[in-house]
Amino acid sequence: MATQHSRSAARLMMAPAVFLLLVWMLVPLSLTLIFSFKKFLPLRGDQIESGWDWVTFFPSLDWVGFANYGRFVSSSAFWPAVSTTLILVGGVLIVTVVFGILLAILLNQPMWGQGFVRILVIAPFFVMPTVSALVWKNMFMDPNNGLFSHLWRFFGAEPISFLSEAAMPSIILIVSWQWLPFATLILLTAIQSLDGEQLEAAEMDGAPVLKRFWYIILPHLGRAITIVILIQTIFLLAIFAEIFVTTGGAFGTRTLSYLIFQRVLESQNVGLGSAGGVYAIILANIVAIFLMRIVGKNLDA
Amino acid sequence: MGQIQLNQVTKSFGDVQVIPPLDLTIEDGEFCVFVGPSGCGKSTLLRLIAGLEDVSSGHIAINGKDATMTPPAKRGLAMVFQSYALYPHMTVRKNIAFPMKMAGMSEDEQKRRIDAAATALNLTDYLDRKPGQLSGGQRQRVAIGRSIVREPDAFLFDEPLSNLDAALRVGMRLEISELHERLQTTMIYVTHDQVEAMTMADKIVVLRSGYIEQVGSPLDLYHAPRNKFVAGFIGSPKMNLIEGPEAAKHEAHTIGIRPEHIDVSKTEGTWKGVVGVAEHLGSDTFIHVHDTGLADMITVRIIGDIEAKHGDTVYLTPQLDQMHRFDDKGLRIA
Repeated sequence: MATQHSRSAARLMMAPAVFLLLVWMLVPLSLTLIFSFKKFLPLRGDQIESGWDWVTFFPSLDWVGFANYGRFVSSSAFWPAVSTTLILVGGVLIVTVVFGILLAILLNQPMWGQGFVRILVIAPFFVMPTVSALVWKNMFMDPNNGLFSHLWRFFGAEPISFLSEAAMPSIILIVSWQWLPFATLILLTAIQSLDGEQLEAAEMDGAPVLKRFWYIILPHLGRAITIVILIQTIFLLAIFAEIFVTTGGAFGTRTLSYLIFQRVLESQNVGLGSAGGVYAIILANIVAIFLMRIVGKNLDA
Repeated sequence: MGQIQLNQVTKSFGDVQVIPPLDLTIEDGEFCVFVGPSGCGKSTLLRLIAGLEDVSSGHIAINGKDATMTPPAKRGLAMVFQSYALYPHMTVRKNIAFPMKMAGMSEDEQKRRIDAAATALNLTDYLDRKPGQLSGGQRQRVAIGRSIVREPDAFLFDEPLSNLDAALRVGMRLEISELHERLQTTMIYVTHDQVEAMTMADKIVVLRSGYIEQVGSPLDLYHAPRNKFVAGFIGSPKMNLIEGPEAAKHEAHTIGIRPEHIDVSKTEGTWKGVVGVAEHLGSDTFIHVHDTGLADMITVRIIGDIEAKHGDTVYLTPQLDQMHRFDDKGLRIA
């Protein structure tokens, strides 16, 4: 029924949503871009006095060219933040994919209470990041009363202060716990689509269990693993809450997104933070392009 | 070498007994076909021989050695699956090489055998393609190639042709028969299609609900079916089974007469009926005759063509020497 009339009516009715989406995305993006080229220190006396004119794009703020970009990169905190981000993302990806595959294989076995166990496995995904990080921090990783400390003492070891002495592994553990259900779920559906006759054929062909896993199951999961890695990377690059409520960016856990947060809110330097934001966009795109390249082949097949 | 012996083999899934105690010997070099309607346990029986299912009780011996507990890979059997079960991420070459790679065979030997198999099965041009780029018949040949390179003691085929279209099926049927002639290796072939069974087998095993109804050569089964089930299952179109007073005339509970053993006349004969549907195939004509008072419908097969159309009255005369007689338990009366 795509008459001229119904088409224009459809356009009219879609317009508010399209408009809202555009505003939602374009306004923050363009503001970030504008701020990144300005000297914007909102709590400095002179800037407060002259006031910011939102309508005419802040004429009172000085254009500083690429000074913010230069300063953000030349800061001693920049490269450590980039490597921390990559370690965090990489670590979580490895843990979730490896354990996701193992859990998926386990959950695919027929067993009593399968449905219930599957819901249990998915549960962590429903917990808010802030809440789960706090639970981990206070319930498990507290150096005095945490469950891990009790476990350590039970085996006669001296409990450590996990979030300061092994901050990165601890945060990787927390984030992995949250994302494991996602990986498991996608890999489980993939494993369920494997044709049982292929495994039987491999068995007849003389492949023992581990070789069946390596030559049949793993290649079959290739596409699902690709999807897990792509989607998780996009979300993991923006990890913030888990760091904020546990280490506050100390002990080598300052990621790029946390550095930007500090520049904007703790140093009250909006221009510098915005420049960092633009770098983050670029980094995310580089990673995405690399991943697409590496795994693109997988998706084609 | 490839003699397979089943001794009092049973299989149950939970409380359901799929295979009641069953004895069967398949001789070395034999082409043995398991045939029966869906759910008769023929695939289960094959999987028991392959080792993909464990027997509930009884023994399986391969080449005289007990193999009941031997894992599938060690039984020296190769299987071709209904879905072909090719490995989709591997090229045809790697698919065929897979069992040899698992056996740790040298690269040179692998290559030699792959080339030999590819030549035999017309796959040389497709060795570097993935299964997804092949037609159904080619996939079937790859699956066969993957099984012959291992040089197994016996081949197991699980309804290998049921995913192919009719024309291809006839072609592949011939190829598998030729393969058997060439290799002279034992083959066990599962199908629900009695035409495949009749055309390929040295020995047919007719199964119903796990029980062996009859074992014999195709012509044995055709000429001397042991009971009504085998009589109705083997042969196409189906044998006509007639009960009641007409059967009593021949001192039987049921008489069976194959469509090709009935003569038709427009003027005189033993039975009178009305033509329902006449199927003209050119080489033969199948006439379905109603209102004979004997059975719902009598099917008649005539070589060549005959003028018969819906509503015509015809007279049928059975060839008495070709008539089969069964008692009230459905068993053949000799």
